[in-house]
Amino acid sequence: MASEANSEGTGLVFHPMDQFIVKPLFGDGPVMWYTVTNVTLWMAFSVAAVVLLLVVGTSRRAIVPSRSQSIGELAYGFVYKMVEDVAGKDAVGYFPYIMTLFMFIVCANFLGLVPMSFTTTSHIAVTAVMAMGVFLTVTVIGFFKHGFSFLSLFWISSAPLPLRPILALIEIISYFVRPVSHSIRLAGNMMAGHAVIKVFAAFAGIAVIAPLSVLAITAIYALEILVSFIQAYVFAILTCVYLKDALHPHH
Amino acid sequence: MASNSSQAAETASPGMPQLDFSSFGNQIFWLVVTLVVIYVILTRVALPRIADVLAERRESISNDIAAAEDLKLKAVAAEETYDKALADARAEAGNIVEGAKAEMKAELATAISKADAEIAEKIVEGEKIIQEIRSNALESVEEVAKSTATAIIEALGGKDDSKFVDKAVSSEMKG
Amino acid sequence: MEGDIVQMGAYIGAGLACTGMGGAAVGVGHVVGNFLSGALRNPSAAAGQTATMFIGIAFAEALGIFSFLVALLLMFAV
Repeated sequence: MASEANSEGTGLVFHPMDQFIVKPLFGDGPVMWYTVTNVTLWMAFSVAAVVLLLVVGTSRRAIVPSRSQSIGELAYGFVYKMVEDVAGKDAVGYFPYIMTLFMFIVCANFLGLVPMSFTTTSHIAVTAVMAMGVFLTVTVIGFFKHGFSFLSLFWISSAPLPLRPILALIEIISYFVRPVSHSIRLAGNMMAGHAVIKVFAAFAGIAVIAPLSVLAITAIYALEILVSFIQAYVFAILTCVYLKDALHPHH
Repeated sequence: MASNSSQAAETASPGMPQLDFSSFGNQIFWLVVTLVVIYVILTRVALPRIADVLAERRESISNDIAAAEDLKLKAVAAEETYDKALADARAEAGNIVEGAKAEMKAELATAISKADAEIAEKIVEGEKIIQEIRSNALESVEEVAKSTATAIIEALGGKDDSKFVDKAVSSEMKG
Repeated sequence: MEGDIVQMGAYIGAGLACTGMGGAAVGVGHVVGNFLSGALRNPSAAAGQTATMFIGIAFAEALGIFSFLVALLLMFAV
């Protein structure tokens, strides 16, 4: 159906979604679960970026940090403070988990901005697994820590009694919508930005519009740099919020 | 242009790649591998190291602050001793000045009393001399009076009766 | 011909769905504007509430992303 997105008359070719195709790196066979694909490659790059930043960058253990070490320390302090502030002091034990998610998303988002690259976080399969992971972890932690009284999260005792069942229904629905919005927000943001860049790039095929299109791509690219960071931040901070709900379910 | 677009249409992928379920297993598998690798690297190497470095830095900073506090205390103590030495020196100088003043006063007092005594002596001597001079003068007055009286008596043609003249002059001078 | 009409409907629907993103833009602007006006009244309390602002932005933006997703589905998947 995507072929129908091409506007046949003008000669412009729009393939905004082609950049998201999962292809095997070697050969042309079918994509099995173990196949080494461009997903593998770019995820490996994001692992390398994390290692470069947090392991190689801090290997000198300097008291007065170098540039790369101070960036690594900044990331550590940023996420640590976020966990402490949003989820509470007793959530510090889950800090490595949130740090893992944050660092992976940040690196994958920024690597996705490299031209000709593949954005792993623009795939709903990827973000949905992370969001479901957060959702299941949080629910399990909630029931493990508080047992049955975790359900008081849905029973708002400060509301008037007749309203409570309705509010409980809304709360339950919103609780189960969490992983959906959590995953689609990240994937949608990344997909939208990259698709828009591709659409503007396709307009550059007309010589008159080309300068305007280059300007537009530059502007969108700048916005995307911002969005890349903010979406990783939002993903991490929402994880913290959900964790706080699990650790302190009583409003 | 038209041929270009038709070629592109042939190679175009079907639908949204995000909804191509055949690639889901692959992505999920590699995602899980990636997350596990990052998690292990972070918990084993990166996070403890960064926490160590941060703790070390905090410690060294607080150590430095403590050392600075120490030095400050020392400086305050040094200033106190300096002040004390200064005050002592001032007090000593005051003492010395006081002693010198007292000495000078005492010397002055003895000198004055000495001078007073000398002056008093001189006055006494002077008075003696004056007394002498006065008594001498009285004697000479008597002599002059006697000789004058004798001369007058002689001139008047009287007899030289010195005994009578002496008696008369002495009685006249006494009362 | 019938397929063309279906496709036309899908495209029109995609265009209509994109208007939902305008609503998300209004919502995000509202959140940030109110945050700023509050922050300028009481700048000392602003630093602690930036995280809350970002959560609000995320919730407002998610709905716009949903409409964008509907548009994409209509364009490419239906």
